[in-house]
This record gives sequence, structure tokens and C-alpha cells, in this order.
Amino acid sequence: MGCEMETDQTEDMDVVLSSMWPEDINEAGRQFNVERPGADQDMLEEVTINKEPNIVDFKRLMELTNYSDKGNWQLANLIKNWEYKQENAVRLLREELDNLSKQQQEVELKKLEILEEHRFEQDGYGGDKRPISILDENLKYLYQDAPRRRNDVVFEDEKVEIEAEFDSVVYWKQRAVHLEKLLEASIKREQVLIEKLQESIENLERQSSPVEELSQVLKRADNFLHFVLQNAPVVIGHQDKELRYRFIFNHFPSLGEQDIIGKTDVEIFSGAGVKESQDFKREVLERGLPAKREITFETELFGSKTFLIYVEPVFSKAGETIGVNYMGMEVTDQVRKREKMAKLREEMAVQKAKETELNKTIHITEESMRAKQMLATMSHEIRSPLSGVVESGVMKLEATKFRPREVVKHVLQTAAASLQKLLTLEGNVADDVPVEVIGDVLRIRQILTNLVSNAIKFTHEGKVGINLYVVQEPSTIAKQGSQKLDRDTTKELPMSESQDDQNGRDENSTCENHKLSNGAQVEEEKETNRKTEEQVVWIRCDVYDTGIGIPENAIPTLFKKYMQVGADTARKYGGTGLGLAICKQLVELMGGHLTVSSVEHHGSTFTFVLPYKVSSISDSSDDPDELSDSDHQDVLGDGNDDDLHSGVFVFQPRTLGTLFSSQSSTRIQKLTPNSYAFNKCNGLLLEDSLSPSSNITYKETRSDEDANSAAGPMETSYELEISDNLSSAEKHEKSVPNTDLVGRFHPYVHPSNSLRAKHNVDENLETCVTYQGQAQAQARTDGISSECSSSNSPEIPKGDLKPKILLVDDNKINVMVTKSMMKQLGHNIDVVHNGAEAVRAVQSNNYHLVLMDVCMPVMDGLEATRLIRSYEETGSWDDAIKAGVDIQLPSPDSQSNSQLEKTRKRIPIIAMTANALSESADECYANGMDSFVSKPITFQNMKQCLQQYLP
Amino acid sequence: MKRALCPVCSGSIDEQFLQLQQLQDESSPNFVSEVVNIYFHESEKLLRNLREDCLVVVDKEFSDYKKMGIHLNQFMGSSSSIGAQRVRNVCVAFRAASEQNNRAGCLRALELLEYEYCYLKNKLHELFQIEQQRILAAGVRYPQQPNNP
Repeated sequence: MGCEMETDQTEDMDVVLSSMWPEDINEAGRQFNVERPGADQDMLEEVTINKEPNIVDFKRLMELTNYSDKGNWQLANLIKNWEYKQENAVRLLREELDNLSKQQQEVELKKLEILEEHRFEQDGYGGDKRPISILDENLKYLYQDAPRRRNDVVFEDEKVEIEAEFDSVVYWKQRAVHLEKLLEASIKREQVLIEKLQESIENLERQSSPVEELSQVLKRADNFLHFVLQNAPVVIGHQDKELRYRFIFNHFPSLGEQDIIGKTDVEIFSGAGVKESQDFKREVLERGLPAKREITFETELFGSKTFLIYVEPVFSKAGETIGVNYMGMEVTDQVRKREKMAKLREEMAVQKAKETELNKTIHITEESMRAKQMLATMSHEIRSPLSGVVESGVMKLEATKFRPREVVKHVLQTAAASLQKLLTLEGNVADDVPVEVIGDVLRIRQILTNLVSNAIKFTHEGKVGINLYVVQEPSTIAKQGSQKLDRDTTKELPMSESQDDQNGRDENSTCENHKLSNGAQVEEEKETNRKTEEQVVWIRCDVYDTGIGIPENAIPTLFKKYMQVGADTARKYGGTGLGLAICKQLVELMGGHLTVSSVEHHGSTFTFVLPYKVSSISDSSDDPDELSDSDHQDVLGDGNDDDLHSGVFVFQPRTLGTLFSSQSSTRIQKLTPNSYAFNKCNGLLLEDSLSPSSNITYKETRSDEDANSAAGPMETSYELEISDNLSSAEKHEKSVPNTDLVGRFHPYVHPSNSLRAKHNVDENLETCVTYQGQAQAQARTDGISSECSSSNSPEIPKGDLKPKILLVDDNKINVMVTKSMMKQLGHNIDVVHNGAEAVRAVQSNNYHLVLMDVCMPVMDGLEATRLIRSYEETGSWDDAIKAGVDIQLPSPDSQSNSQLEKTRKRIPIIAMTANALSESADECYANGMDSFVSKPITFQNMKQCLQQYLP
Repeated sequence: MKRALCPVCSGSIDEQFLQLQQLQDESSPNFVSEVVNIYFHESEKLLRNLREDCLVVVDKEFSDYKKMGIHLNQFMGSSSSIGAQRVRNVCVAFRAASEQNNRAGCLRALELLEYEYCYLKNKLHELFQIEQQRILAAGVRYPQQPNNP
């Protein structure tokens, strides 16, 4: 039984224990989960718990438990627990007591039974009976209970044990003995019971008190707390209303109890952050709301550390704050890391910003690049029309009368005006240069200005100058000999032909292409009326300098840059390369050519030779109005005629200003060998030189022989001056005897004249005129101004026997483009579409040039070339026929031998190859081709090709 | 400027187109558009042929690739003549594929070619419209001072 009690009790205790923990102890959110003692008791024993950090002001703790709600509540709970436990114990004891009293009753009952039996005996003897009240419960109980028992148990016993006769003496004796025995046993049992009772009482006493139990649990919890917190960088504390520490847990204590308890932060520490932390706590205290803050301490005690502090207010029952709980965790490392992170982030942000900036810059750069590109394209556009326009006739060259000397002077003057260097600018116009010629003065001036400014740019000392003199027609012309002949003939011819031409023209007439600008037209109309003649003079212009020169290896690329085609190179080489390129192009478009010679460190000379029309004597009409009409910018009025002929200009550096030399004027007067035709003209030169601001000096630099040669014609010139009113024809006649003049002029006779002359020789006047008309129409539609084409002598000889060109290409587009280009270049071409057709075409026509595509159906260009070459070598078309070309052999009488012979000259065959194709140049050459142009065909390479292969 | 290389086309057309534009003058005022129209016409024919070639090429072999090569040469030639740079480049790749008898490559190239061609066509149409407007706008004063630089 005692054993049972024990187990009961343990179970009860268990219940008590689990329910003893405070308030919010719903099972889910327990703050402490402590193992049951005994389950794993050893765990904490292995851990040494340093309890020292715990510094407690116990008095304060009491106060807290007394005054704060929480403490109160906890206390109440504990009491409740204790009460419950007590009750339990009381209950147990009571039960025990009940048990015992039951046993006692039993024993008493037994006793009574025995007594009754005795009384029964006594009754039987004495009848001494104890009166028993009927109302006595006990008795009733006894009565009811006892007899039955007696009946059940005792009587049976008696019956068994007593053998003797009833109511005999023996019987009674036996009975007395038996009863005595029973009594003895009963007493014994009573004794045992008493012992047991004592035992259980002892047990009761031995049982541990709940307080002890409780404190053990608390201790365990405390141990766990310590265990958990032992290495945590955590400080836990409680401070009272005055913020004096009442409790502090600090695993790394650096101060003793006496140093902390009862003191405030400020009293304990000193340094940065302490005050802040105290203020923060106070704030929490005042506001009554928990808060967190990160505070960096800089104290002597523990150096620089950052704590994350949590402070919560503690309230009294009355709701007043009576202190704060505070918990701090050292987060120095984290803060450091965080700061690092922040820094990194900041850096990243900065980086990003920079990147954005960079991107913006890149964007801007790209934009500007694009703008540049646009500019390049635009300049290309500007350039292209310059050439394109001139070529195509959209913008025609102006045929304006102008005075070369004035142009030279003007250019130099302009250059001198903006000159920043100590350079001498000089101009020298040879006497044989006509006073007035017809050409595109604007462009010529442009070229001259460009070259001069270029020269100045690259010259640091010395001089820059322009030489102008008349030259022979450039020797590049193939059929020079014959041409000369033609010209010689022309010279002798009367000019009636051209007059007819011009008279006959109307708006639609192609002949008018000669005169494109209004001024020129007007002028020429007048010319026509006066029956003037036109001549061509080739004037060479040298622009020389004493500058840095051009390295030899750079010369080839000097002009070529542009040629290679625009946008790229223009961008790369900027404006400088462009100027020269434009100059060259312009010169070439006007039918001349531009060259350069240079010695590095000594200087360069740019030379361009251009043909100019000269409308000789008639132009020297004395009508100033007419002149100003046509060439107003150069004609300022009538002045000293002589100035027209001064061909020497020197612009000294400004610092070396010189005086006007009167001598020069007289000298200039003398310099009129061939200027008789233009004697009546403005005195611009003189005017300029006389103006006070001008630094112009006319120097006499002409050599003596010039002077001498000039002396001769002087008379004539005066003579002519007098004969102002003579008709131009008469003037011309007058001029003819002057051999000097004629000799100079006739090599430069207008080619159209020469053409006409040739046709005259052919005695096929009408046809010839028509033909010329056609040619000019062609020229116009092809965009070559008559000025250009007619004066461009290399082309003219071809003109009389237009080169026949064959294009062999199967590609429609290519044919169209090439054909159109050739048209613009002044050629009509025949087109066939494959090699076989090409062979047939060559067989039946005389071509001067074959442009041959390589890849073609039926027969490719290589084979066709082979066959043509074979014919040229053998004189027979056998190979071609073998190859399957359907050739109609000419009947023997249809063509003369001579023509056959002519045909058998080697025709230049030029391959047209696409770079992307595998057609190699070697293959082309191996098959007998002379050269190749790469597709797509451009103006430039087509032109070069024609120049090279057309005579 | 009348002859401006239209920026919208700058990607698909190169300087060769300028050459084309330079060929246009009073005697052939519609030269560029004529050429381009013929180019379109031819190109569409060639594209059809090429597509057929690509389909046929499965069973028969060499001769079809050769035919394809011829068509491509045509296409390439005309494209480079009008300056259709990108179309030409695709043609080059196409031809490389056909030379290797690479049908898949051919099909890819064909697709790309068709795309580039359409792109070019659109761009050129745009260009012509712009050009037309410009010419109309410029037409009023054009005859007066054509010569002044």
C-alpha cells in the first residue's frame, strides 16, 4: 500500500511541475523548456557553469517581485503551486488516515464481538448486559454487521474447533482458550497496524518539500540559461528608475559587482556612446515603449564596440515604469561588415553612375561619330555633285571670260591678307598668257586658292608663288601627230563653219552647249555677231613653295585618297586630303590635269594645266559695258590698259612693306607682247597697287629676253588700240601677220574646229555637222559640258572615230549601269550577253575595247577571250567554230584586206570580276585578258580603264 | 541635296548606289528607279528560281547546285551593281553553302536572302518616296540657279 502511495505521489508531482511555469506558458510558446530532472540529469553536469557573471541585487529582486505585476504574478503562481501541492499531500494523508481508521474500526469491531461473546457468557452467568441504545448508529451498524460475520466466520470456527458437549465445563474451557487465542491474534494485528501507521507517518515526513523541488527546477533553468548564454556576446541587465543597475549578466565581466550594482552607465563607463545609451534608456523609460538601438561605444574599458541594445520598460502594478530591462548584443563585426557592404554598395553606385556617365559619353561619342559620318556623307554629297554635276550636266561649268593675271593677283592678295607668316607671295604670269580667256573662273580660282593656301600651310619660310605660262597641248594625247596636223589645217581654215554652226542653233540645238552660262552665252552671241573665232590655249599653272615638301612615298596617295571612294577616307584624312582631291577632280573635269613634284624639306610644286578658250581679238571690244556684263567682278572700269599686262606680283611680308615702284608701271606697259587684243581694259591692278593700304609692289622680275621679246609687238599693240572700231574679223586679220601670236595660238585651236576641219577634209560637210551635233548632244546628255569635252583634247581625237566598245555581260542590271556610265563618259557601247555572242560580235565588228564579264551562261568570258585571241593570232575563226560558235565568215569581197588586218590587231579585253568570286586575276591574264576591273563598276575605275586602253 | 544617300538605307546600301544616282540626269531622269525596278523584277525571278533549286536539290545533286550557283552569281552581280551590300553578302554565304552541297545551309541562306531582299525593297521604296518629295520641293527653283556652287 505504501508503495502505491509513492507512485501516486510522483505522478501528482509531475502534473504540478508542468503546470507551475508562468503565464504565457501555453505549450507552444514556452520561454523555457526545461528537461525533467532525472531524464538526462548528466547533461549539465558536464558543463561547468560559471555563475559569477550573475550579479544580483536581491533586495531589488524582492522589491520587483513585490511591486511589479510580473513578479507578483509569478509569485502568485508559485504559491498556487505550493498550495496545490500541499492540498495533494493533505489529501493523501487523509486517505491514509481513513485507511487506518477503517482498520481500527475493524479491530474494534472484532473486539466488540469478542466482548459480546464474553457478555453472552456473562449473561449466561450474571446477565450483566450493557444497554445499547437502538438509536446508536454504531451499534446498529455493529449489530447488523457483526452477527452475520459471526455467523459466517466465527461460528464455523467454533464448530470446527469445539468438539466438546455444549454447555459443558469442558466446552466453556475450550471456548475460553480459543477466545484467548483470538484475542492474542487481534492484538498482534493491532500492533502491526500501529507500526504501519507510524511507518507511513514517517514516510510522510521524509517526503521532500515542494520548495526544495521548486528551487531545484529553478536552478536547472538557471543553469540552462547560463549554459546557453555562456558564450553569447550578450549583456542582460535590469536597471531601476534611476537607471542604476540592479541586475546584470555579462559573460565577459570586466567589473566587479560593487562596481556595477547601484550605479548608472555614466557612472560606470566613460567615453563615446555611454551618454547616448543612457539617454536612450531614459527615453524608453519615459515613453514606456520598448525600443532598439545600435550604439557604438568608445570606452577605455572595452575599446570600440558596437552594441545593439534592446530596452524595455518594466511597469509596477500601478502602471508606472519602475525600471528597464535591457539587453545588449555586441555587433561590432556585423556593423563593420555592414559598413563595408554599404561602402561597397556606395562604390558600386558610384561605379554605376560612372558607367551611366560613360555610357552617356559613349552615346554622345556615337552620336557625334554619327554626326561626323553624316558630315562625311554630306561632304561626299557636296563633293559628289561637284563631280557628278559637272559630269552629268546638271551643274555646268561656267564659261566666263576672265583675266588670268587678275585671278592670280586676287588669289595672292587674298592669301596675303590673311597671312600669318613671314612669307613672300609672288605671282608671275608669262607674257604669252592671254589677257583674257574663257573658262570657269570660279572653279579655277577655287583650285588656285586651295593650292596656295595649302602651300602656305606647309611653308614656314621663303616664298609661295604662282607661275602662269602657256604650254603645248599636253603630250599625253595619243594621236598627237595627226592632231597637230589637224590643227594646222584648222588654223588655216576660215571660221565660217563655226559661224554657221552658231548661227544655226536654236534653243534645242546641241551646238549651244558651248556656252552654258548666260553671260557666256550673251557674250558668245555677240561674238558670233562679230564673227569671232575661238581658239584654245593651254595654260600651265605652277604653285610652288619652299615648304616642308612631301615625302616621295606619300605623293601617290596625295590625290588618290579620294579616288578610293569617299566616306571612309574623307573621314580619315579630314579636310586636307579632300582639297587636293577636289582640285584634281575639278582640273580633270575641266579637261586638264594636276600633278605635283616635290623635294622633301625643300618645297613642292603643284602644277595644273588647263585648256581655255580664247576668243581673241573680238573680245577686246571696247565696249566696257559689255565686258562688265560678262565679267563684272573683274571689270571695274576703264583704266590704265597697261596694267592688264603686268604679269608679276609680289606680296612681301607685311613688315617689309614696300613702296610702289613707279618704274613698274612703265615696265608693265612694255609687257604687252600679245595683249594687243585686250588693250582696252580696266585698271584694276593699278588701282589696287596705288591704294595706300595695299602693300603690292610690282616688281620687274621679267628677264631681259622677255622684255626684249615684248618690245617687238609693242607697236602692233598700240596700233591695234587705235583701231578700236574695226570689226573683229579685221582685227583678227590684223593679228594674223603677227607670227608670234599665231604661232602661240594655233596649237590650241578649238578642237571642235579641228573636228570640223577634219570633216571638211573628208568633204562631207553636212554629215559632219550633223555628227558633231550628235556628239554634242551626246556630250550634253552625258553630262559633259561642251566646254569640257570640246577642250579636253584627249577625248576629241577619239571623237572623230568614236571608239567602239563591246560589253559582254549577262546581268541586266550590270549592263544597264555600265551602259549608263559609258554614256556619261561619252561612249555608246554594244552589248552582248554571253561569250559566244561576244565572239560573233568581235568577228563582225571592229571594237577598240571589250569589257568582258567572266561568269556567263553558254560561254564564259575566259573562253570567249581565248577564242578571240586565237583568231587574232591565227587569223582564222576555226577554234571558235570548233567551240560551237556560229560564225558567219565574211565573203571575201565584203571587206577589204586592210580592214581585216586592222581587225586582227589585238583588242584590249578587260575582264569584269567580282571580288567575291573565285575568278582570279591570274586566270584572266592566262586566258589572254589585258586587265580587269572589279565589280561593281564605278565611275572611277571605268574612267581609268578607258583612259588606259582607249587610244 | 538631290543625290543624298538616304540615311534610311544606309545599312543595306553602300556607295555604289551613289554611282547609280550619279548616272541619273536630265536625259534619264528616272534612271535609278528604272534600274531598281528591273533589279526587283530580276531578283524576284531569281529568288523563285533559287527556291525551286533548293527544293529540287534533294535527290539530284551536282548539276542543281551548279544551277543554283549560276543564279546566285546573277543575284550577286546585280546586287553589287546597285550597291545592295547586305543582299550581296548573303548571296556570298549562300553560294558557299551551295558549293559545299549543304542543303540546310542553302535553305537558311535562302530564308535570310528573302528577308534581306524584302528589307532592301522596303527601304528603297522609302527612299524613292523621299526622293520624289524632295524633287517636287526642289523643282520650283531648280531651273533658276543650277550652276552656282
